[in-house]
Amino acid sequence: MLKKGFKRQLPLHLMLLPGIVLVFIYCYIPMVGGIMAFQKFIPSKGLFHSKWVGLKNFEYLFSMPDFYQVLWNTVFIAILKIIFGLIVPITIAILLNEVGKSVVKRWVQTLIYLPHFLSWVILGGVLIDILSPSYGLLNQFLGIFSIKPIFFLGDNQWFPFTIVLSDVWKEFGFSTIVYLAALTAVNPSLYEAAVIDGANRWKQTWNITIPGILPIIVLMTTLSLGNVLNAGFDQVFNLYSPLVYESGDILDTLIYRIGLIDGQYGVATALGLFKSLISFALVSISYWLAYKIADYRIF
Amino acid sequence: MVEGKSLGLKLFRIFNYTLLISLAVVCLVPLIHILAVSLSSNVAASAGIVKLWPKDLTFKSYAFVLSKGEFLLSLWISVKRVLIGTVVSMLLTILIAYPLSKSGRELKFRTGYAWYFVFTILFSGGLIPWYMTIRTTGLLDSIWALVLPNAVPVFNVILLLNFFRGLPKELEEAAFVDGSGYWKTLWRIYVPLSMPSIATIGLFTIVSHWNSWFDGLILMNSQNNYPLSSYLQTIIVQSSLTNMSAEQLKNLASVSDRTVKSAQIFVGALPILACYPFLQKYFVKGMVLGGVKG
Repeated sequence: MLKKGFKRQLPLHLMLLPGIVLVFIYCYIPMVGGIMAFQKFIPSKGLFHSKWVGLKNFEYLFSMPDFYQVLWNTVFIAILKIIFGLIVPITIAILLNEVGKSVVKRWVQTLIYLPHFLSWVILGGVLIDILSPSYGLLNQFLGIFSIKPIFFLGDNQWFPFTIVLSDVWKEFGFSTIVYLAALTAVNPSLYEAAVIDGANRWKQTWNITIPGILPIIVLMTTLSLGNVLNAGFDQVFNLYSPLVYESGDILDTLIYRIGLIDGQYGVATALGLFKSLISFALVSISYWLAYKIADYRIF
Repeated sequence: MVEGKSLGLKLFRIFNYTLLISLAVVCLVPLIHILAVSLSSNVAASAGIVKLWPKDLTFKSYAFVLSKGEFLLSLWISVKRVLIGTVVSMLLTILIAYPLSKSGRELKFRTGYAWYFVFTILFSGGLIPWYMTIRTTGLLDSIWALVLPNAVPVFNVILLLNFFRGLPKELEEAAFVDGSGYWKTLWRIYVPLSMPSIATIGLFTIVSHWNSWFDGLILMNSQNNYPLSSYLQTIIVQSSLTNMSAEQLKNLASVSDRTVKSAQIFVGALPILACYPFLQKYFVKGMVLGGVKG
């Protein structure tokens, strides 16, 4: 029999040690550092000697007129991304599944999955070029239909939708593959039985395909709830400009500017803490729901 | 799926193929356009007449980009970062996943340990305290600032630990009977048997290190320490002609800002574009693994 004493277990605990130390330093210490939100933090004085100001930083934040606009922008962009990020990949996965095993299917899959692996720096550069109102490819294309050039990245009416659409463009291929995997797992004999019963393709999709992937749809929807305050820093940061702060500035970009550009560390931390706490609640609820509804466990 | 042969079905098929192929084209065309612009002459690019094929083919923009010292320096830093970062991160992933794949009886406090790591997905201290911590630990301007703070990818740990759990228990028991300890069992049995998963996770780690730009931007005070993607961020997106030498400005006259930017974008994307066709199946596999399990 195996010895189960602590001495025997020791190697396992030692294996965990380096990871525990790193996570402690770079994840848990910053959490404690969150108390900067209640200080007038000055880096040279450090966490222990900076002045405590109570809730001043929060009062300042909530009195900023920009704050509510930015909060709205964040939620608006994030929710649109969640909705389209669910509908588009599910639709495309169902359509791709109809193609059957073919060269076309493989090529389409490969190509739509590609943008996911490029960073927003690269794709930001690409988009700035093709969306340009003067020489951009897209506006030249729209010109064929005599549509006047649109300043996608500089016009407040267009900017949020440009962000949402380009995010869908980058990520839909990635999610499509998840749904496609779920679709191939649907039992083929169900379709055979349906044909014998005289069900057409539309009915097969509606009564077999969709119920077949419903569990994963529910799971993905539930888990995406945790992203309501994540409008996508990497993307927005590389595409926005002061011209579109009104419609495109989000919590994360505001935190960056207040904190690292203006050096108002306390205020930026307060805003960060505000976001972290709400996100924490949302993510916890979403995991709990996913566990209850879909029996999903993180580990 | 069972085939039918009605007219409606034929129409649907035509529609379906057209839609899917257009989507694939929409994903590819922007990249081809950028490539075409980068290979075109200054005049053609500025006139906006380049579409998907280079006009007056020239490699001047690439020569200009590749002759810049900062570009090569940042490329070197990126290579270093990917190598060190991937090795460190993979080691940690394996070392954490293995103990956590054990039952609570075999590893005391297992649930506590697991929550210790998972909690970091749920809650974070935010950007500023994170930055201040790294600053206080003296990592600013060091390559380790790009490696250590994100060295424990919890999602990958969960992925690998689920894979470890799926391996037959008997193998490990046999190794114990032969006198192997946990360390030996991990390296001799678990790691070799999990190579497909480890390779997939490794690929994702490489890609994410190559693509990371924000940490470089804020954690490096000197531009000389920027990895390539941070460097590209400053010149493609922030775009400054101010810090160029007189000679560079003269060279720039024969190429245009637009063709140079396009060349830089393409060079930044090239390693991923070049490997993608070969590694795609691993990516798909990892994706499915990750999507379903964690």
